[in-house]
Amino acid sequence: MGMEILVSTAKFLIVMTVILVSVIILVYLERRISAFIQNRTGPNRVGPYGLFQAIADVVKLLLKEDIVPKNAYKPVHDLAPIISIGAALSTFAVIPVGNTIELFGTTMKLMIADVNIGILYILSVTSIGVYGITLAGWSSNNKYSLLGGLRSSAQLISYELSMGLSIIGVLMISGTLRLDQIVQHQTMYIGGWLPNWNIFLQPVAFITFVVAAFAETNRLPFDLPEAEPELVGGYHTEYTGLKFGLFFLAEYANMITAAAVITTLFLGGWHLPYAENLGLSAFTLSLLQVLAFCAKVTVILLFFIVTRWTLPRFRYDQLMDIGWKVMLPLAIANVLVTGLILVL
Amino acid sequence: MTLETILFYALSFVSVGSALMMITRRSPVMSALYLILNFFALAGLYLTLHAQFIAVIQILVYAGAIMVLFLFVIMLLNLGDEKKLSEKMSYKKIIPAGLSFGLLMELLYIVSYAKSDLPLTHIERATEIGTVEYVGKALFTDFLFPFEVTSILLLAAIIGAVVLAKKKLD
Amino acid sequence: MLEGYIPIFVMLAGGAAFGIVMVKLNELFGPKHPTEEKYTTYESGMEPVKSARERFSIKFYMVAVLFILFDIEVVFLYPWAVTFKGLGVNGFITMAVFIFILLVGYYYVWRKGALEWD
Repeated sequence: MGMEILVSTAKFLIVMTVILVSVIILVYLERRISAFIQNRTGPNRVGPYGLFQAIADVVKLLLKEDIVPKNAYKPVHDLAPIISIGAALSTFAVIPVGNTIELFGTTMKLMIADVNIGILYILSVTSIGVYGITLAGWSSNNKYSLLGGLRSSAQLISYELSMGLSIIGVLMISGTLRLDQIVQHQTMYIGGWLPNWNIFLQPVAFITFVVAAFAETNRLPFDLPEAEPELVGGYHTEYTGLKFGLFFLAEYANMITAAAVITTLFLGGWHLPYAENLGLSAFTLSLLQVLAFCAKVTVILLFFIVTRWTLPRFRYDQLMDIGWKVMLPLAIANVLVTGLILVL
Repeated sequence: MTLETILFYALSFVSVGSALMMITRRSPVMSALYLILNFFALAGLYLTLHAQFIAVIQILVYAGAIMVLFLFVIMLLNLGDEKKLSEKMSYKKIIPAGLSFGLLMELLYIVSYAKSDLPLTHIERATEIGTVEYVGKALFTDFLFPFEVTSILLLAAIIGAVVLAKKKLD
Repeated sequence: MLEGYIPIFVMLAGGAAFGIVMVKLNELFGPKHPTEEKYTTYESGMEPVKSARERFSIKFYMVAVLFILFDIEVVFLYPWAVTFKGLGVNGFITMAVFIFILLVGYYYVWRKGALEWD
């Protein structure tokens, strides 16, 4: 048992480092791409091409005063960012980043926890993340924060429904909640050439899931919680220093997790089409598959970024309408149609 | 000691402790937070019983959905103000206190004296029973009727919620 | 079986520990220069008007209640989806009836205007 705790701690440290480094790259990319879209230069002073800008930002946040308004409720004010970041970092536990790999004479799966409940773990941890935002809004004792927090929580729970429902179709096809088996199921080919990826089998589910993922990560066009013109900073108006930084970090970590889940569920996960026919050694193939996984996640992240800087924001009533009157019926219809097709 | 025993005692400690904290906090938001912690400990206890699906549903539904509603209601009614909540000792408190004391005594009696018919041996198939696949098979074959009735219950709850919240019935 | 969950316990604990360490680090390194004005609630530069502990729209409560009810529906769908292939036509009809009854509720909610944000 001690051994297992040691191994999992090591895995956790690796995953955390990878996520943190990816967040730094992602923030840099986001700022450079947005600058490119808006015909600006973007950060270019710190390090070559401004690459160390995000690191400088972290150090700056660390050295800022942690201001808690005197009417705020301090224990909860401190707890809220911890819940946000804790939920964001621990979601990655059940995502397979590659097939099995032979290392030091043992075969191991490239995922942290291989459990029966699989995808449900991700959904339940995501549902806990809602508290970070609700509590941040409430504990600040600021009207903007409260409104931002409430709006955001209502948005998150509304889209959690269509997210949960759009997964059902995939589960019906794969017959398991284990993410590695869902990926395994997608490594076959339809008609001998088209990869059996769920995006081809479940296009409607893919669309509803991606929309829900945008809403769950508070990305534009769904970034209502921090709609600057009306709510100043939204739920984190009264946050400074690293506590603010943690919310920021959690948002980007959630984005990475969302992209990884989309890849795993719909884009074949680590599956690199036709690579298994090339006659590569098992080890090279595993490495290639990990790279394929990273490449797919990167593409989705770039899509997230470009969307943010291209689309305007929805109004709140439009957002709720889309969630409850479009996404929810669409996802339910998808479940029924998938069931009908599979039965016939 | 096995992993299960260690986990059982640790989680029991957390769940009893958080339950005590929940009922003794003055701030309703803090009470709600301790209740969430309690749900987590309970989910862990379900895991030690190999009930994986129930454990994750405990977090997904109770900690992730129902407690959000609790928090909303606490905020909605502006119960954050602790001064409004302080009550004086009155007969209103003595009666429930007496009732709960009686209940506690009954529970203690049952636990300490009653002979249990439940098998205390380790069930071999326990690991298999707790999985989603098993729950699904049991739910949609043996417990089909209760499952369908649940939908009526949910329908009633939906209508009830709308009727209570919407004053204007047009 | 329980061994498989050790990494998950570690991840949850590690995630929370990271957050706590960061908050504490900020308290350690950040300056402390308290002034009266700095600790007042931000309200776009105006003097704060009353407290933020106000009652708010019942719509948020409505959304939360509907979320719970439909979430329970979704929870029933997970074991169904996983065992779907073994259940066959009967399984499909069972769930179709279940979803239909809930769609009646959904239609009622829609017609009553509980989904409107005006």
